[in-house]
Amino acid sequence: MPVDGIHDLGGMQGFGAVAHSPAESAFPDRWQATARALMEVVAGAVEASGGEFRHSIERMDPGHYLTSSYYEHWLTGAATLAVEHGLVTHAELEARAGGRFPLSGPALAPPVADTCPDVGEPRFGVGDRVRVRDWHPPGHTRCPGYVRGKAGTVVRVDGTHSVPDVEAHGPARRYEPTYSVRFDAAGLWHDGQRGVTVHVDLWDSYLEPA
Amino acid sequence: MSESGHHPAPLSPVERRVAALEALLTERGLVPEGFIEEITRRYESEIGPLNGAKVVARAWVDPGYKERLLTDGTAAIAELGFGGPEGDHMVVVENTPDVHNVIVCTLCSCYPWPVLGLPPSWYKDPPYRARMVREPRALLAEMGCPLPGDVEVRVWDSSAEVRYLVLPQRPAGTAGMTEAELAGLVTRDSMIGVARL
Repeated sequence: MPVDGIHDLGGMQGFGAVAHSPAESAFPDRWQATARALMEVVAGAVEASGGEFRHSIERMDPGHYLTSSYYEHWLTGAATLAVEHGLVTHAELEARAGGRFPLSGPALAPPVADTCPDVGEPRFGVGDRVRVRDWHPPGHTRCPGYVRGKAGTVVRVDGTHSVPDVEAHGPARRYEPTYSVRFDAAGLWHDGQRGVTVHVDLWDSYLEPA
Repeated sequence: MSESGHHPAPLSPVERRVAALEALLTERGLVPEGFIEEITRRYESEIGPLNGAKVVARAWVDPGYKERLLTDGTAAIAELGFGGPEGDHMVVVENTPDVHNVIVCTLCSCYPWPVLGLPPSWYKDPPYRARMVREPRALLAEMGCPLPGDVEVRVWDSSAEVRYLVLPQRPAGTAGMTEAELAGLVTRDSMIGVARL
């Protein structure tokens, strides 16, 4: 059963060159603007949080995710949310499309009924050494896999923000400080490049003292 | 383009799926009239890297502004009239002769919309997201931005609510230029950190 989503790409090997373009329009084709607009329509209608919106895309079949374009991700997420919240049915979508209409898989994490209290005061300050929890949450998270279990140094303390892992799975909300944590590349990768640091922004509950 | 000239080109599978969802949501009264045109206008005309270029040029000519920009990016950017979604918590990171900054979002596509517009395709696609945190020197060189070995590389993964903007170094030989002329030198890529000016 897939748990860590295919979207968590940091450090994954096997990809080729970046198809860099110096400039491009926001929507080369009209369907891309429409897909974006429809996600905004659905997310507004079902009052989806940012976490629920992102998770609707992260739950895509990994093969579909890697072989489809960015706005096909948005379309798939929008249609998935629309079906899950009863705005349309999957059968209606396939009948109108005249063929298959792949949706994202079901959420594996149960809704969070009762959350821990908010964390008002930051537990860590600039200069503190912290270690990222080595865990594999079954639902949405903004803790990238490549820093789990790794130690770093807090370089900035930001305000409190809604924890994505909670808001993605129901109406409950929990607020915690976020931190920018600096990791030496040599501590992240066995072949980490010299003179490189990687900074990752992490919620309080992702961290423990190092 | 249709071969006969009498029929429009058949829709691709993804276009058929978009049309299906659009039709069903429209029938349920959920898509406001003109909403898709409004989305297109909002993201193609109101925001874009020209906004970020004005911020950078101001920082180059006004040391007080630069200090405010590096201390509280959101407030300093708002001084020039820019802000909004994906720009509510801005942090500006400064390139120097010894430090080069570059931004990425390994988990999705987070990007500072008010100052740079929507991200380009390559920023959202897997190769950039996978590789920039693991081998930034090699990837930057591949993208036309080779860095001397003694320049520190700082990668910023936009994994929470902060959005980053790189403040590039002011190019040499620009002492006589006006702020507007300087803004014309600032590229989108230099503010992502995949190019130096």
